[in-house]
Amino acid sequence: MSRAITPQAKAINTGLAWSVALLIAFPILWTVLTSFKPEPQAVASPPIFLGFDWTIQNYIDVQDQRAYFRYFVNSVVISIGSTLLGLIIAIPAAWSMAFVPGARTKDLLMWMLSTKMMPAVGVLVPIYLIFIRLGLLDTRIGLTVVLMLINLPIIIWMLYTYFKEIPADILEAARMDGAGLREEILYVLTPMAVPGIASTVLLNIILAWNESFWTINLTTVNAAPLTAFIAGFSSPQGLFYAKLSAASTMAIAPILIMGWFSQKQLVRGLTFGAVK
Amino acid sequence: MSTKSSRLAARLMLSPSVVLLLIWMIVPLVLTLWFSFRRYNLMYPDRQGFNDFGNYTRFVMSSDFGLAVLNTLILVGAVLVITVVLGILIALLIERPMWGQGVVRILVISPFFIMPPVAALIWKNMFFNPTNGLFGEAAKYLGLPPFDFLGQAPLASIILIVSWQWLPFATLILLTALQSLSGEELEAAEMDGAPPVSRFFYIILPHLARSITVVVLIQTIFLLGVFGEILVTTQGGPGSASTTLPYLIFKEISLDKDVGTAAAGGVVAVILANIVAIFLMRAVGKNLDA
Repeated sequence: MSRAITPQAKAINTGLAWSVALLIAFPILWTVLTSFKPEPQAVASPPIFLGFDWTIQNYIDVQDQRAYFRYFVNSVVISIGSTLLGLIIAIPAAWSMAFVPGARTKDLLMWMLSTKMMPAVGVLVPIYLIFIRLGLLDTRIGLTVVLMLINLPIIIWMLYTYFKEIPADILEAARMDGAGLREEILYVLTPMAVPGIASTVLLNIILAWNESFWTINLTTVNAAPLTAFIAGFSSPQGLFYAKLSAASTMAIAPILIMGWFSQKQLVRGLTFGAVK
Repeated sequence: MSTKSSRLAARLMLSPSVVLLLIWMIVPLVLTLWFSFRRYNLMYPDRQGFNDFGNYTRFVMSSDFGLAVLNTLILVGAVLVITVVLGILIALLIERPMWGQGVVRILVISPFFIMPPVAALIWKNMFFNPTNGLFGEAAKYLGLPPFDFLGQAPLASIILIVSWQWLPFATLILLTALQSLSGEELEAAEMDGAPPVSRFFYIILPHLARSITVVVLIQTIFLLGVFGEILVTTQGGPGSASTTLPYLIFKEISLDKDVGTAAAGGVVAVILANIVAIFLMRAVGKNLDA
């Protein structure tokens, strides 16, 4: 709904919008700034905005004292692993629902979505006990499987909406030329669906990275990802604002950057294709 | 185009997903139901056997239950109202022509990518803390006494944190919807002399109805499960002032080690979530069919 507009009006819009945007992003910007302050200056009163003694000591401390990197590796393994595992299971399902829809396909999709309505805390105990029994507690593989299951409905839904947009005629033509089901999926469908699959991967890595109920409750040490790492800062320990800020910055930076690149897909993915 | 063999193939390809989700849904649910009727406390392993509805009465009759349900509804309701209203306003603002729109969008969307424990700890320490937080500094500057946000207004503080996290989501979706509104319609209304307020209520708002519905539905799913933000800020306190239903169940397990009562709470939570879901679907179903 863009319309012609005078330069003055544009200037006013720009000023207003930038103020609102900076206000919303301020907690993040302030955290990043604080992460470069020496601890005493981090709690200085009145607060120091830019004129402090810039340092990267906090980052070094967080790595040395808290073993940041280990949590980071866990986060990477679990979020990417669960997304890829989910993809392998979801692609065939989404394919079949998009191209060979049955009378129940819509109901099936709605049912898959409804599994996400179950409050996690309601089933924490059984999952916890099953995990103990199977020796999965505090393992990367256990967490990978749980996060895959949590995000599977979203992955299927996203892929389904993308596959739906691929014209069925093309598949028909490939079949006429003698392509089997395997060739059809590998050489015709997948290349056309790459953008959709890429967006699905991106959004699901973000969701898995930030998931903080199961990741905190099902891990202690070995498999603990960054969510658990940060939760370890919940009780204050002396002067720790700068270190908390450094740890926070390191926990959110990778995903924040990925997120900026996936704005468009985010809308579609999180609304299950209802808003494009 | 569906031949017999392709239909069979489709079934086969669909089955792993269906089976996995079915297991993921049914096994924990059945176990939760089973535990909810059993005496099962990790601190008293010798007490066993059926407890009929004892766990349910214990959970529902506990003094915190009513408060927890109320807190959950207030949290979800307040965050929905705040994010939808502010989301519409901000979407209207940043949709207008301006310089640096791309950067503005990135700044506005950013809080959504912050993991809940980080968001909560940033607010708790850097803003809410009465001595060192920025709000405390602002109060000092204005000559006001410092205010202990998490102690004095715990639920409101959590609502603020959660709203901050979800505002970008609402804004982004409403912005996407706004961009699909045709300019001609608005221009025509403008030429006919419709003032901005009636243009908003008669053209823009109806156009956004479907997106608002989607925002409400999806946020409700996620907001009913808010957990990490409470865990790292107030832990449900002071007292039970900021205890929600999920957090009350969590306390049964982590503090009382009472698996049976926690399971009963879980069943109650599942039932309530379904009531909310049905109620919502019904209230907004018309919008989604279109």
